[in-house]
Amino acid sequence: MSGVSQKARSRPKGPPVRAAKPANAPAVLPDQFKQWFARRGWRPRDHQLALVEKSQARRSTLLIAPTGAGKTLAGFLPSLIALAGAPRRNSMGAGLRTLYISPLKALAEDISRNLVAPVSEMGLKVSIETRTGDTSVARRARQRVKPPQILLTTPEQVALMLSSADAGYLFGDLDTIILDELHALAPSKRGDLLSLGLARLATLAPGHIKIGLSATVAHPSELLSYLVPQTAPDLMRSMADLVVAKGGADPDIEILEIDEPVPWGGHSALYAMADIYRAIQSHRTTLVFVNTRMQAELVFQELWRLNEANLPIALHHGSLDKARRTKVEAAMSEGKLRAVVATSTLDLGIDWGDVDLVVNVGAPKGASRLAQRIGRANHRLDEPSAALLVPANRFEVLECRAALEAAKAGEQDTVIARSGALDVLAQHVLGMACHGPFQPDALFEEVRSAAPYAGLTRARFDRVVDFVATGGYALKTYERFAKLRPTDDGRLRLSHPSLIRQYRMNAGTIVEAPMIKVRLVGRRRATASGKSGAARPLMGGRVLGEVEEYFIEQLSPGMTFVFAGEILRFEGISETEAYVTRAPGADAMIPSYAGGKFPLSTHLAKRVRAMLADSEQWAGLPLPVAEWLGLQNERSQLPGVNDVLIETFPRGSRHFMVAYPFEGRLAHQTLGMLLTRRLERDGARPLGFVANDYGLAVWGLGDLSQRIADGSLDLDQLFAEDMLGDDLEAWLAESSLMRRTFRNVAVIAGLIERRHPGLEKSGRQVTMSTDLVYNVLRRHDPGHILLEAAREDAATGLLDIARLGQFLARIRGRIRHQVLDRVSPLAVPILIEIGVEPVARLAREDLLREAAQELIAEATRKSG
Amino acid sequence: MRNTAPLLELKPERLDVGEFSQQPVSISGRAFVADVSGALYWPAEDVLIVADLHLEKGSAFASRGILLPPYDTAATLERLAATLDAYQASTVICLGDSFHDRNAADRMTAEDRGTLSILQEDRDWLWLNGNHDPVIDARFGGEVRSEITVSDITFRHEPTASPVTHEIAGHLHPAARVSFHGHVIRRPCFVGNGNRLVLPAFGTYAGGLNVLDEAFAPLFGNDGLSVFVLGQEGLYPIAPRLLKED
Repeated sequence: MSGVSQKARSRPKGPPVRAAKPANAPAVLPDQFKQWFARRGWRPRDHQLALVEKSQARRSTLLIAPTGAGKTLAGFLPSLIALAGAPRRNSMGAGLRTLYISPLKALAEDISRNLVAPVSEMGLKVSIETRTGDTSVARRARQRVKPPQILLTTPEQVALMLSSADAGYLFGDLDTIILDELHALAPSKRGDLLSLGLARLATLAPGHIKIGLSATVAHPSELLSYLVPQTAPDLMRSMADLVVAKGGADPDIEILEIDEPVPWGGHSALYAMADIYRAIQSHRTTLVFVNTRMQAELVFQELWRLNEANLPIALHHGSLDKARRTKVEAAMSEGKLRAVVATSTLDLGIDWGDVDLVVNVGAPKGASRLAQRIGRANHRLDEPSAALLVPANRFEVLECRAALEAAKAGEQDTVIARSGALDVLAQHVLGMACHGPFQPDALFEEVRSAAPYAGLTRARFDRVVDFVATGGYALKTYERFAKLRPTDDGRLRLSHPSLIRQYRMNAGTIVEAPMIKVRLVGRRRATASGKSGAARPLMGGRVLGEVEEYFIEQLSPGMTFVFAGEILRFEGISETEAYVTRAPGADAMIPSYAGGKFPLSTHLAKRVRAMLADSEQWAGLPLPVAEWLGLQNERSQLPGVNDVLIETFPRGSRHFMVAYPFEGRLAHQTLGMLLTRRLERDGARPLGFVANDYGLAVWGLGDLSQRIADGSLDLDQLFAEDMLGDDLEAWLAESSLMRRTFRNVAVIAGLIERRHPGLEKSGRQVTMSTDLVYNVLRRHDPGHILLEAAREDAATGLLDIARLGQFLARIRGRIRHQVLDRVSPLAVPILIEIGVEPVARLAREDLLREAAQELIAEATRKSG
Repeated sequence: MRNTAPLLELKPERLDVGEFSQQPVSISGRAFVADVSGALYWPAEDVLIVADLHLEKGSAFASRGILLPPYDTAATLERLAATLDAYQASTVICLGDSFHDRNAADRMTAEDRGTLSILQEDRDWLWLNGNHDPVIDARFGGEVRSEITVSDITFRHEPTASPVTHEIAGHLHPAARVSFHGHVIRRPCFVGNGNRLVLPAFGTYAGGLNVLDEAFAPLFGNDGLSVFVLGQEGLYPIAPRLLKED
């Protein structure tokens, strides 16, 4: 636990972090605890004591504290005090008093290890155990009968425990629930699932309180209401109490400025590698954060190319084999590494030892995200964290500057309010039926007491229950196969006990993209067998990790890519494994992972727009960047704070339209798709588009400047909000993003089985069958609740329709059009993305037609 | 060998890209027409052939607690009706696995049964047995056989696992994964080599097996195979080198 900023495990030789002061802790601490603090040379912090008081007053409380403020100890202190004082009572239930829930099972295990030290040092007789997916079946079974006093677990395990018939006994003695990293957990489907579990726990153990632990967020009200039951959801929002830890020293953040000019485009920041390497050399331990796995691979490669001193530099990202990640984590906390190149897998609060510099390569994308990453350096509150921002291109210079100003002003992005997902609710309803027969009226009230579901209507709830029972189809033919059946007293019960197994096999909200193992094989053996699936002599060889299946699909044998820090040649594929060989020295065709890409936050986007519009602020920018903006001002104009700039110009044989909404790449991609559809309908013959976080470019054969001038194309109409109506619907019909979204919804809601009992279904098979189901449902039951749920998901998720809608409303009547005779300076970075980012193409049918044409060309050539 | 397979008899005989909803196909010298719906028409005999309808697959899953949308039978029959409207064939041959299981008749709605009997009016209807429907309920009408030979061409459910000729079968649910310009599309397809043909599954929930799977290897030996991929509007001949394994 990140206790009072100490880490006995990670800092064996380190001095006590705070100066020893006489124990002057107020009366809330029992002597045992006061003495322990004194012996360690620490003093309890104000927020730690405040939580003890809140807990004694039985008030649910949110603690907001920066990393390193001793958040976790603050969370556990009230429970430890209560357990030290009170003899174990066995009144209502099994004796489980404190439930700690973390988004990561690794974090639960980390906390468990760190909790053991204070408990044994104080001589407390408290039983502490973890329960995760890795816990043995025997242990889990025993925990249900005889749980520890403190149980550390994950949201999925909570759901599973609640679905068992003895949940009432298991949780009957519950006194405190601690929710760690709540800012990360709450705004997600896992957060929805947990909120429903918490509502159930409030019914099973009405006397307990909740302690939420969160990093700094701008408007904590979403988290405050998450923590307490909404007793009158139609009238008011109930909130927990709030404790805010005093901020530590201001972080010491710099933007890297070197003589090399910042590149126009790209995301790898290769120009700055030598400087990053020098920074690593001059610090004890450096964390190098990047935004995508692709960047991680690339940066790692480059650093090792420069690594003449052979510094121990490691790589850590989500696709690497778990054993490799664990090894890196262990080496890191033992202080054996000088640097780790990592993606967001490390954003959450696992203890990382003695980091004294955080380098953020690429744009930070959000103010809160940056603050949390910087917080990884110096897990001590009173010393400033050192951070270096390395923009990879010119737009990122602006974004880094905006993020730096936000960090200095202590500003944070807002936690977005979400309404609870319906697929998650469906899963919960089945789980509750597994627990025992339920009264729909009572369950509806309980569900609405969870903040994300406070706005749920009875009609929607009933449709979800109907979905669980009979599929919820307009055609009522499944009554005889119903999973839920009414009892004589108006409750609903499970129709067959085998459904419990089905629920347990499918519980959880994380639907992994189908992954494929990457196995390193010997060159000779691999090439001998070629790509033929029939030959299968490829044995042995290490598994390097996993990549998304769609990435491998794009490769043909012989292509090279960077993975696990090496350049690999793709040799072939067999069932669930991709075979690769080492290809040192080859030019790698870089993988284009989508993994880990976050869109630019609304808050930072606004700051960037303001910076562009105000030329007085340019003085603080690196000279090439300021000159770039000056040139843009001369040749075209700069986007304003509240309008949108559209440029049209010819280039080569194409005509381009570039727009600068600054709304993040997800919203821009959706906008690009819809604009292309509209332009096509208007006869402007668009060919493709590309989008990044700042803007998008559409190109085609029609002269767009001319069409706008002669009135055949009206920009106000082109960007009208009604594109989110029929055009969106028509596009969604064929969108693969929508199919992927539907697949996740169908799996979470339990329509499609994640796994068969005893027989793991491969991700590929799931994909295939959900596509068939999606097609049938769209055509024959377009109003089905799961399609509704998928649309809502898409609106906030991959398509970011919500943000696009806000943008279109904001720019209504505020479009500034600039006709140019050539590309503008500001447009260059966006056009550079062509070739880096896959260009979005039109219908799949066209693709097949083109592929067929190739064959015809071939056939004609041969015969002719 | 698969990447270099020559274009055999399945190669397109029409060279414009505009009209692709049908493709002429020759099998051991007989002329057939492959349709974008996944059905095969034999003009000389006025026979329409479909494979693997898997009727009532949705309700079969539902009876096991997986409540898939119950529209698959109606959707399959609807597409079959449209195809029959277009060709007006006097004979229909269903190449087996027409029903997902033996209890399909009990679960099929009266409406769908009605549709089926309308389709059967005024034409000969032949059900071949498949592994899913070794017994076919008498309520479904038509004639039931395990296989049939018409003018030298043998129709059966499961293709013979050696390089035979004169055979038209189903069972394998062939599908092609086409990789083109970095995009991948997976669709059902016809697969053949000029002497035999395997039809795509016609059923709405039938799914597909990649033609590069081992299961296809014994059928086509070293002669290679060619495919027509079912698009939404057209039927597309795709070069074997663009095909990818799953």
